Amino acid sequence: MIMRKALPAVSLLSLLLAGGAVAQTITPAPLVNAAPAAPEPVGGPLTGTVSDDSAWQSLGIAIPAMATPADVPTAASAGGTAALGHAISTVITADLKNNGLFKPTGPDALPQVPLPQVDAPEFAGWSARGAEMLVHGSVSAGADGRLTVVCNLYDIALKQQLVHDSWAFAAADWRRAAHKCADKIYARLSGESPFFDSRIAYIAETGPKNFRMKRLAIMDSDGANHRYITTGQAMAMTPRFSPDYKSIVYLSYLNGRPRIYVYDVERNTQRLVIETGSPTFAPRWSPDGKWLLYSMAVAGNTNIYRIAAAGGQPQQLTDTPGINVGGSYSPDGRRIVFESDRSGTQQIYLMNADGTNQHRLSFFGGRSATPEWSPRGDQIAFTHIAGNLRIAVMPVDGGSFRHLTDSWQDEAPTWAPNGRIIQFFRTEANSGRTSLWQVDLTGRNERRLPTPVDGSDPAWGPIRE
Amino acid sequence: MPNMPQLARRHGALVALTVSALALAACASTPKELPPPPVAVASSTVETPPQTPPGPAEGSAAHYLATMMGRDTVYFAYDKYNIDPVAAASLQAQAQWLMRYAGKRATIEGHADERGTRDYNIALGERRATAAKNYLVSLGVDAARLTVVSYGKDRPVALGSDEASWAKNRRAVTVVID
Repeated sequence: MIMRKALPAVSLLSLLLAGGAVAQTITPAPLVNAAPAAPEPVGGPLTGTVSDDSAWQSLGIAIPAMATPADVPTAASAGGTAALGHAISTVITADLKNNGLFKPTGPDALPQVPLPQVDAPEFAGWSARGAEMLVHGSVSAGADGRLTVVCNLYDIALKQQLVHDSWAFAAADWRRAAHKCADKIYARLSGESPFFDSRIAYIAETGPKNFRMKRLAIMDSDGANHRYITTGQAMAMTPRFSPDYKSIVYLSYLNGRPRIYVYDVERNTQRLVIETGSPTFAPRWSPDGKWLLYSMAVAGNTNIYRIAAAGGQPQQLTDTPGINVGGSYSPDGRRIVFESDRSGTQQIYLMNADGTNQHRLSFFGGRSATPEWSPRGDQIAFTHIAGNLRIAVMPVDGGSFRHLTDSWQDEAPTWAPNGRIIQFFRTEANSGRTSLWQVDLTGRNERRLPTPVDGSDPAWGPIRE
Repeated sequence: MPNMPQLARRHGALVALTVSALALAACASTPKELPPPPVAVASSTVETPPQTPPGPAEGSAAHYLATMMGRDTVYFAYDKYNIDPVAAASLQAQAQWLMRYAGKRATIEGHADERGTRDYNIALGERRATAAKNYLVSLGVDAARLTVVSYGKDRPVALGSDEASWAKNRRAVTVVID
């Protein structure tokens, strides 16, 4: 079928659900990078696991290079504004390609568009190319070196403009303009909230299985702008970006003592969250960034605490013998879903943000661990353990669940900012090799994220302002 | 009761038998609540054969390892942290050495197998190491000499993804610091 106009979210998703997903061959993200020093993602070929035949056809989107009023040099690594126009369209193409809804064609296969056509496309010619949607845009550099990027989306058959927007960014942040444009297009065509302009913190792993080097690392949602934060001398685990992306809370084995630290990404400094004679781990931010959750083991028992992110007296939220660990705030910050083995095995529990009204949510077979509340508020993703470890979701009142993945060991789900995609990490039996993956809520569109080395403990941050 | 057949084989049926009465008691309740077993009994039954030709310096970490002959490590059943009879025998041997060299400090490293989630396994490793520590303390070792650290599932000693490897990785290792 051919879509002639933007469909509301429900119909688009139900098409996916009913008709099966798109048979797709996913190619690695184009190797365009703002920071020349940053290593490029060199992960192996991405694996598309979707193969069922389907009446559903992806929406064809033509994305020629963005035009420029004058090709002037910029501080961006991609070059002058003309080269940037090409690079930005390439990034948009990769973003839209990787979610199973669209079939974008990038600037390499399309003619250059003269500037005047950005606001007045030659629809007839594009129609002949078989595309349904058309992206036009422009890049210009101001006297202050900032870039202004215009993003237009047109419905070719209707000869109608669906998106018209523009952003100004520092040259070094040119990829964000591409992600903003892709977000606008995605949101307009799917009815969902945007998610491309976001970042991921994770643990980069190298070395043998019995002595992995584990480094804190960050990257954009498409793997670009990759940066190692820690050197690997101290084992790092379970990072979480603060909502404003200025800091990362994580577990470090610095000096052989597992404790949680807040790392300042801009100043490259870190501070111990709380002085204590006991190990602290499993740190999490509240959605407003004002609170930190952490778990602390005392005399073999682990309980969950919260402390103001600015410091102060911690408050103990759980108090049962055994293991209470992790935690994830509801989007409104009023409740916390967490993990406890007070019933005998790991299960998922809910409590108010002050620790009151604790009750169990998961009554399924097996163990349920690492709950993460969707940013939309409607679902909880978790690791279901019954032999294998699999990613699953359940409604916030428990009751039922469904698996999204089926592999030997998938764990630690983290939500895309729009609550429509879940990222997690996969461990390979025997070798212990780890990799980052993502899957949509249909469970059908699963793909591997390219990372320079093995990766675990992903944490997806919110959409950037 | 959790069984560790391969370990029992490793250290000989003799040890397992001679400490069985003691160990059965240990298994039935948490170590913390255990009355300290008579040290004299433990030392007479768990003593390793006196075959120590010229070796590492008395009281050194190397001497400890040579004396323990594998009993520096205790093992646990899946998702469990109780001290079973074989573990109790090993801890008695550790306690005996630590009591003899009272100036030595030790770190007890807790571990879990790979078949669990990361945060929980850190807590589980902590629990196992603490159970081992509590048992040593119940035998008379000063708690101030013992430190506990958990590595969760991140420092396996056996590299396979099979039951035999996982059984070796669910452990608490008492490491003497030189």
